[in-house]
Amino acid sequence: MSYLAYAVAAWLFLAGGLGIARSRHLVQTVVALSVAQSGTYVLLLAVGFQRGASAPIFGAGTPLKASGVVDPVVQAMTLTDIVVSATVTALLAALAIQVAKLHGTADPDELRSLRG
Amino acid sequence: MLALPIVIPLLAAAVLLGVGRLVPRRAGDAIAATAAVGTAGFAYAVLRGTGDGRVVAWLGGWRPHGGRGVGIPLVGDQVSAGIVLLTALLVLAALVYGWRYHEDVEAHYPALMMLFLAGMAGFALSGDLFDMFVFFELMGAVAYALTGFKIEDPGAVQGGLNFGVINSLGAYLTLVGIGLLYARTGRLGLAPLGEALRGHGADPLVLAGFVCVVTGFLVKAALVPFHFWLADAHAVAPTPVCVLFSGIMVELGLYGVLRVYTTVFGGVLAAGDVRRTFLVLGVLTAAVGAVMCVAQRNLKRLLAYSTIAHMGLFVVAAFLLTADGLAGAVTYAAAHAGVKAALFLTVGMLLNRYGTVDEHDLYGRARGWGVPLLLLTGAAALSGLPPFGPGLGKALSEDAVTAAGYGWSPVLFVAVSALTGGAVLRAALRVGFGAGPHPSHARGAEETGGGEETEVPLRRIPATMAAATVALLAGGMVIGVVPWPVRAETFLDGSGYAAQVLHGARTGMAAHVTHWTATGVAYGLASSVLAVGVALAALYGPVLPAAVRRSAAALRPAFLVLRRAHSGHVGDYVAWMLLGVTILAASLVTTL
Repeated sequence: MSYLAYAVAAWLFLAGGLGIARSRHLVQTVVALSVAQSGTYVLLLAVGFQRGASAPIFGAGTPLKASGVVDPVVQAMTLTDIVVSATVTALLAALAIQVAKLHGTADPDELRSLRG
Repeated sequence: MLALPIVIPLLAAAVLLGVGRLVPRRAGDAIAATAAVGTAGFAYAVLRGTGDGRVVAWLGGWRPHGGRGVGIPLVGDQVSAGIVLLTALLVLAALVYGWRYHEDVEAHYPALMMLFLAGMAGFALSGDLFDMFVFFELMGAVAYALTGFKIEDPGAVQGGLNFGVINSLGAYLTLVGIGLLYARTGRLGLAPLGEALRGHGADPLVLAGFVCVVTGFLVKAALVPFHFWLADAHAVAPTPVCVLFSGIMVELGLYGVLRVYTTVFGGVLAAGDVRRTFLVLGVLTAAVGAVMCVAQRNLKRLLAYSTIAHMGLFVVAAFLLTADGLAGAVTYAAAHAGVKAALFLTVGMLLNRYGTVDEHDLYGRARGWGVPLLLLTGAAALSGLPPFGPGLGKALSEDAVTAAGYGWSPVLFVAVSALTGGAVLRAALRVGFGAGPHPSHARGAEETGGGEETEVPLRRIPATMAAATVALLAGGMVIGVVPWPVRAETFLDGSGYAAQVLHGARTGMAAHVTHWTATGVAYGLASSVLAVGVALAALYGPVLPAAVRRSAAALRPAFLVLRRAHSGHVGDYVAWMLLGVTILAASLVTTL
């Protein structure tokens, strides 16, 4: 496996983090968080990937190939991660809507209700 | 049996979400309270079952053979089972208190509390790193929802959002770390990971895995510079929820770091380097928390910063990685949970009655004896007065840190206890007795976020609210009087953990029975006296000698910088977090 996938994973995570830090809109903040999380998907899948290996589906009719299979554990972890992400993103997006409604702005720089 | 403390609240949550709309609200509360009692009962049974070692259960019966297997274990020892018991009791207290406190909550409030309980119990009992992450996310997502529960309150939704973004990002870093460790070893269980790494040795990838995994937990544990969300979330969350946040959720972050370090990384990352790094983090956290605590006038924020300060002390004691230090930290955290929870509930009574938690607005208004007495007792306990629980935990921690060769330990522990206890005492004297000159509002609105929405005011404090508060306070104090065996060595014994989980070899180790020492009593009295001094200086500041006032004024610019850092801006918080990760990694590079 080349290092490209790992580089992409790191780049996505950092780009997401930077996106939150520099965000001027709460929807952007929430999406940037999802971008950061996409980095974890790429990382996990890259960990389990093998060139030329087949999908990890076993059954009576499918003989095992000599080239092996990719790791199913990381795929299960990625799926769990996606479920978690859907929940969290939905919740945060709902909160962002509510912030915009109550504060009249969705720009984090203009939210002033929590200081010190 | 070991799974029941997780299954019961999950089932209760499902039932509540299913039928909650059909049954009256009290029935929903009763279901939740019954489930909390059941969870506490089974947690106690597990606690008894652990004896001097651990109990292990394999979910679905997937036991390992010859040390290898694919199963996922639950592991209970005294500390983790004790955490589950404490959590269940705190949830029960929060529900009992909320019986009359919330007037119009929907059925999903008790359901969320149940999910929160299940998440925390699962996190404490899990013996698998990925499972820990899943339960960590469960309790995280529920916590964001509970923080922003009052969706018509501007502060609450913003606090919930900040909390959610920063904690989720931390949790994703934890997942990155888990991925890196899996890439290196092909395992996810704590015990198999530890065994594989012991054979493999340290390298940059393993170190990166450690830093990433613990970052998520450190955000939850609110150590500087990962702590910013905590005060915002505490200021806006419903008061019974603050009880769970300050009492146990934050401490669970520290538990996660310790559990992962002792079972997985104990054999590869040198204890000396880890101890040094975390001592620095702990001292910094204690200092920032204590200073910010004294400066608050929003009582919920004040208590939140006091939690940060005490977390710093727990870290300093626990990361000695000695049995004495851990026993001290465990005692301290357990007693602190009761006392801090009771203080939050007392502030909730003020909020309910007077519609504000601002110390200046409340000046001299809490008439009668109930609330001022609760605040005074809480302040005394928090400042480390013997023979109460927090004082014992402080004394044990102090002695352990001194014995490990850090002679400055009493200074730190006494100063932090005096400042946080003094801040609460100042508030108690102002609110309950109208002590000192009337605080002027002219100094400018320095802080905001006062606003938990006011509940329907009650004419007098109902028995349920008073009972929950007094029970928690009494529980936190009694810990200091009853000798208590802490199985700290069992917790720290990573190879014993692996031997029992993978090979069924049960090992037992000696316990540390808590006891008072003469120096502990002396330092406890000293910090209480100093706390009175801090409170009086804050109340009667203008009459202090001019020299003292001038030196205080000289420190003001530095303090303003610190306060401005707590900006309530989620982008700033993330920037601080990324900086913290970098510093953490840099300071641990020497272990390689």
